[in-house]
Amino acid sequence: MRKIAIYGKGGIGKSTTTQNTVAGLAEMGRRVMVVGCDPKADSTRLLLGGLNQKTVLDTLREEGEDVDLEDILLTGFGGTVCTESGGPEPGVGCAGRGIITSINLLEQLGAYKEEQNLEYVFYDVLGDVVCGGFAMPMREGKAQEIYIVVSGEMMAMYAANNICKGILKFAEAGGVRLGGLICNSRKVDNEEEMITQLAKRLGTRMIHFVPRDNMVQRAEINRKTVIEYDPSHPQAGEYRALAKKIEDNGMFVIPKPLPMEELEKLLMDFGIAN
Amino acid sequence: MTIKTEKPLLSAEAVKKDLLAKYPAKAGRRRAQQMVAAPGPGREAPEIVSNARTLPGVITMRGCTYAGCKGVVLGPTRDIVNITHGPIGCGFYSWLTRRNQTDASADGAENYMTYCFSTDMQDNDIVFGGEKKLKAAIREACALFKPKAVSIFATCPVGLIGDDIHSVAREMSEETGINVFGFSCEGYKGVSQSAGHHIANNGLFKNIIGINDNGPDGKFKINMLGEYNIGGDAFEIERLLEKCGITLVAAFSGNSTYDKFAASHTADLNCVMCHRSINYVAEMMDTKFGIPWCKVNFIGAAATAKSLRKIAAYFEDAELAKRVEEVIAAEMPSVEKVQAEVRPRCEGKTAMLFVGGSRAHHYQELFKEIGMRCVAAGYEFAHRDDYEGRAVLPSIKVDADSRNIEELHVTPDPHRHQPRKSPEDKERLAAAGFSFKDYEGMIPDMEAGALVIDDLNEHEAGRLIALYKPDIFCAGIKEKYGAHKRGLPMKQLHSYDSGGPYAGFAGAVNFYREIDRLVNSNVFGLIPAPWQESPELYAHFAWD
Repeated sequence: MRKIAIYGKGGIGKSTTTQNTVAGLAEMGRRVMVVGCDPKADSTRLLLGGLNQKTVLDTLREEGEDVDLEDILLTGFGGTVCTESGGPEPGVGCAGRGIITSINLLEQLGAYKEEQNLEYVFYDVLGDVVCGGFAMPMREGKAQEIYIVVSGEMMAMYAANNICKGILKFAEAGGVRLGGLICNSRKVDNEEEMITQLAKRLGTRMIHFVPRDNMVQRAEINRKTVIEYDPSHPQAGEYRALAKKIEDNGMFVIPKPLPMEELEKLLMDFGIAN
Repeated sequence: MTIKTEKPLLSAEAVKKDLLAKYPAKAGRRRAQQMVAAPGPGREAPEIVSNARTLPGVITMRGCTYAGCKGVVLGPTRDIVNITHGPIGCGFYSWLTRRNQTDASADGAENYMTYCFSTDMQDNDIVFGGEKKLKAAIREACALFKPKAVSIFATCPVGLIGDDIHSVAREMSEETGINVFGFSCEGYKGVSQSAGHHIANNGLFKNIIGINDNGPDGKFKINMLGEYNIGGDAFEIERLLEKCGITLVAAFSGNSTYDKFAASHTADLNCVMCHRSINYVAEMMDTKFGIPWCKVNFIGAAATAKSLRKIAAYFEDAELAKRVEEVIAAEMPSVEKVQAEVRPRCEGKTAMLFVGGSRAHHYQELFKEIGMRCVAAGYEFAHRDDYEGRAVLPSIKVDADSRNIEELHVTPDPHRHQPRKSPEDKERLAAAGFSFKDYEGMIPDMEAGALVIDDLNEHEAGRLIALYKPDIFCAGIKEKYGAHKRGLPMKQLHSYDSGGPYAGFAGAVNFYREIDRLVNSNVFGLIPAPWQESPELYAHFAWD
């Protein structure tokens, strides 16, 4: 079973990219589980066709210790297994601690056990690695491969670099490795070249360049992945390609985060300022 | 009273060198600034670094901010429901452990000290926030007990997840119609429990003091600040005050009640016992209500007599002064009788005191009265003024850790500010030898060459005992077994473990007898420890 976590700056398109890619893997016949690690609990909406899931933490709160796997796992597009960690409303409590609690509970309930026959687990994690809780998927071998969703915008690259610092920290202690950068295009000038360079400097590669297409939004409004909503659309092909590349990926590295000046220089040399 | 000092003390410099020898260079430099030799009575105290962060890795004797706020200052209040908002450990281990006594024998008197109130936060409350559970706890406490007031104490996780205890307090105050207030005394704030004292002082001042103008009648009305009625100390002080005809309006907070706090601004003098834990309230009440404060000490028979005379001097009343003298004259013979009995057995023996922010100073009085010497002493959480005297206050550098604790801006109350003494009165009193806001600190009272160490730790305590071989070690519960293991009698001066009171005249007698029993029992010499006969385990420190 490959355990994969998707990180990236907030709003970059992690959940959309993850679900579309997972749809591609499911189409290939892979058995995939998606664990949403965002208190908003919207990481499986496109696979399930709506936000109709009871989260792990809500269930734990309402049912007490008496929680069964069936209570928190739902089946989505292509037989994907979907679960949402959930968490407190904004400004209350500790969402990071919630993620730790819910991943531990999933483990204890046997969500990852062999009899589940899972080939992939995807953790879709909120925003930056802001605190220990959000680093949970990286810790103690919960995820082995990290993909960072990024665009050519400065703050997205800055976040990607920061996430690499987190990976570096846990790579030394555990087995987590960076599998590559996924460029989710924002149509910034020289975007593909710049992200290719950034990936190179970080010691990894840009595994796929996902072009910007309104079809993604259209599918999303209809609560579907592109692959489900319009299987013949070229954008569906892009996600299939990304899924295939992840399936075949053999390049797993410990990243080398850049100092701030180098990151800025990269933008000057390749980016919009040039 | 003179103490036999023919046996010279160990060289403080040599001891200091020994204590510092094991430290890495930087840690040693830091610790060196927290160790000074006393210059001798009446001489200017050297500067000592205190109220500074404890070095990581050393086993300190200090407690946390929550302990200072809930455990020390608010813990002894009997008719306020004190709710610890946090996991159960903080509430449980601060439940009656200081042996604060209270007298709830009057008809209708409430006493919640025997209860432990906590929200007992669980994983779920951390994740989703604990405010709802806190509100439920307050409602439940109000329904069950109908108390006059409820207070909330924040523990570490509450600060981390950002539960707003103050908005909960406001909301619940409106809902229940009683005074509900919170203390943001998360354990990690500040460098020691001292931060918690300050937070508690601020909370008392903002939420209770001065809200009820109907104080008791009396000619000589005082408050007793920084007396926590451990082992019944406050009862003995109350007995003496009553005998002298002095009215105690409120005590902060030994044997106290909410209503007395609320009316404490009707007193005419604030007497401060533990300077460190309560001087903030004394200062703020002076500014807001015009009530002067002075330092007193009821630990030690001579100190008790001096303190009673000081109160009498403040009121400038011949009748009171006469009464005080009569009380002292009536009380002293039984004290002197026991002193004379115990002294031959204790004379020349040595003690060490590492405790509190006043206690290490106050209890030296009692040891001196039976002829014992204090060879080394220090505080856990004091500031420089507690060591060197309040004269150094302007030169104390306010660091970032102290700035983290709210400093209330206090102005005179437009209706209640009423100076008890005019500037002329104060001048006249000063000329007669009365000093306001006076605390000279511990160092000027100590024998020349005695060692003063701030924030002592386990390693240093062990070395001190090995070098000085004192006859008794005084500290807190955590240090007790270390001293016992080293074959030394130990008197716990936080909670006294057992016994008390030790305040006032009757208390002094109790203390003389207790110390006589401890230093002359030889119990440790009679039974060799198992490891002295057959050591079974050998080990080295990493640095050896």
